[in-house]
Amino acid sequence: MATAIPTGAEKLVQCLEREGVDYIFGLSGGAAIPIFDALVDSRIKLILVRHEQGATHMADGFARATGRPGVALVTSGPGATNTVTGLLTALMDSSPLIVISGQTNTANLGKDAFQEADVTGITYAVVKHSYLVKDARDIPRVVREAFHLATTGRPGPVLIDVPKDVSSGPCDAPFVDDVDLPGYAVPGHADTASLEAAAALLHRAERPLLYVGHGAVIAGAGKAVTQLAEKLRAPIVNTLLGKGATDETHPLHLGMLGMHGTAYANKAVIHCDLIMAIGARWDDRVAGKLDEFCSGAKKIHVDIDPAEFNKVIRPDVSLVGDARLTIEDLLPLVEPNDTRAWVKQCETWRRQYPLKYPKRGGLRAQHVLDRLHVLTGGHAVIVSDVGQHQMWAAQFCKTASNRHWITSGGAGTMGFGWPAAIGAKLGRPESEVWAVVGDGGFQMTMAELATAAVNKVAARCLIINNNYLGMVRQWQELFYENRLSGVDLEGNPDFVKLVEAYGIKALRITRPGDVDRKLKEARAWKDGPVVVVAEVIKEDNVFPMIPAGAPVSHMIIEAPKHRLEKPVGST
Amino acid sequence: MAAPEPALRTRDDIHTISLFVNNKPGVLVRVALVFSRRGYNIESLVVSPTVDGDFSRMTITCSGDPATLEQIIKQLAKLIDVVQATDHTGGDAYETEIALVKLRASLHERTEILQVAENFGAKVTDYGQESLMLRVYGASEKLDAFIALLRPYGMRELIRSGKILMVRGIQAT
Repeated sequence: MATAIPTGAEKLVQCLEREGVDYIFGLSGGAAIPIFDALVDSRIKLILVRHEQGATHMADGFARATGRPGVALVTSGPGATNTVTGLLTALMDSSPLIVISGQTNTANLGKDAFQEADVTGITYAVVKHSYLVKDARDIPRVVREAFHLATTGRPGPVLIDVPKDVSSGPCDAPFVDDVDLPGYAVPGHADTASLEAAAALLHRAERPLLYVGHGAVIAGAGKAVTQLAEKLRAPIVNTLLGKGATDETHPLHLGMLGMHGTAYANKAVIHCDLIMAIGARWDDRVAGKLDEFCSGAKKIHVDIDPAEFNKVIRPDVSLVGDARLTIEDLLPLVEPNDTRAWVKQCETWRRQYPLKYPKRGGLRAQHVLDRLHVLTGGHAVIVSDVGQHQMWAAQFCKTASNRHWITSGGAGTMGFGWPAAIGAKLGRPESEVWAVVGDGGFQMTMAELATAAVNKVAARCLIINNNYLGMVRQWQELFYENRLSGVDLEGNPDFVKLVEAYGIKALRITRPGDVDRKLKEARAWKDGPVVVVAEVIKEDNVFPMIPAGAPVSHMIIEAPKHRLEKPVGST
Repeated sequence: MAAPEPALRTRDDIHTISLFVNNKPGVLVRVALVFSRRGYNIESLVVSPTVDGDFSRMTITCSGDPATLEQIIKQLAKLIDVVQATDHTGGDAYETEIALVKLRASLHERTEILQVAENFGAKVTDYGQESLMLRVYGASEKLDAFIALLRPYGMRELIRSGKILMVRGIQAT
């Protein structure tokens, strides 16, 4: 019997198999039925989510935990529009996410057919690239290109919109191995002249500082960056997303910089005479007031995306290339200067301004996170949501190795943490994975409790419950005369009961004395997911804090005694 | 005469960008979004086929601050469908544009109008009882001057093609 010609959907799934996809996070619907049908016979495991946004964050969490692309599959219309937040989240943080959306028949495009939406049109601004496949013969090429684009250079999300007649019709096109994209080049090594110029600046610097971002995580540049820091005797700071690129417990590491970074990291930023960005982009939460940011310091910028040069800061030397390759190439060229006084000064700041929190006055998030860090030995993969708990987790959960810290940084997407942790755990089943979420963000995607329960995904979830949208409440308290508006989450459910209703193990922490015991109990739980609800004090603030748009030197290290001016920065 | 006479705009702050792009649906939207996201106004935009039918040429003129423009060109170059993005401002390129002008042109004004037209090498493309259509081409500055001179004669319609440009010599645009 001759082999039947596969359908477009079958070919699509075969292409995904060839790309090494082993999980698809999806929610079905009319226009996507042929693709879901093809998955029945595939070795790819379908994880049925409860909301499409959850699918995108799971795929994103999978991608960030493994370094391999994550795939979400949704239907047309509202199914596809529900992925927009996930696409933005992946774009802002350069995460390789592939979203495949069903679409109405090609003959119906533009005719307001049932569940039709102009999905490529809606998503142009939130993708690295996108495709509307109007001919089934294009499927193998489009899938190959999509994976190539999502994972190379500066990674990012790619959307593939597949009309139902394309997925159900025949596809006799052969598989494609090579891509032909004349408008796309992937930088590798930086040019020699720039490397030499950078080395010369580094040699002259008396107070050098390495500022490490997500690009270093993606490139796996940690080892090379650590060698560079050791050779130069230069301290390291990292961005929120750069956590784990190099070991935050390394003696030369000063932790996170920026709005809620450590005081000693920000002191180093203020006083350095050279700052070298490695896969970081001088984000407004890092730079604050631009014309005062490191104004006297030389600036070197390593980035794989040349559009980042001069976007925010004009560097003295820009190195376009892969972060790992660039630093490896730079290493033999650099000659250290005498930085002993500088390193000593940073050590003094570290002792002078340690991260701390009050030990009295009820259960505090910082205490719970500090203990989580200690009990897991810093080896867990921490996946945070967005808000106060995120900043406390970033401060107290020191990240020792690459891809052990996952968070929505650029987009600041509430609701990211829990589904991303499910994706991360599926991608890294051998790792201990903890979602750290607030009560606000958790409620945005908590429907994925069912997904975790059904698939027995042993991700752990710590809900820091203060019954507030805490970060906004903090701003209102500090900068808006404590006129609280739209932050009180009265009506929160009893999260323990809620979680138990899904058949998931739930634990509650109400007193500081419970913390270790309950966290240990959760860590010992092996049978699927477990949720720990920490009922923390309602009003607590994240410090240090640099008000938005203010210079780094305006850092508030402890709770202020007087009222503060409204910040000039937007966020 | 209704419309106030606009000041002769200096062309020093106008940039001409040339894009070599994939000839595919959606490319124009992707390009336009790079401008609109930054609140940068496009003055003119010409899309046309190239020797190779797989690609198109976009010639865009726009004005605005140079730092934003630098970022725009980088973001354009970053688009997967843009093969090449070049700012030709100040470069050695032949530039031209075409304009059609329709005037009320009462009989007693026609001699003056035709004198202006002759001086600019403009051609009369429609000669009616109550209107006159002129076609002029050349550098955008020349068209600006031509239009400014004709405005007092009751301009009914004005259409400009937008600038196109080609680098001189053997070098590709």
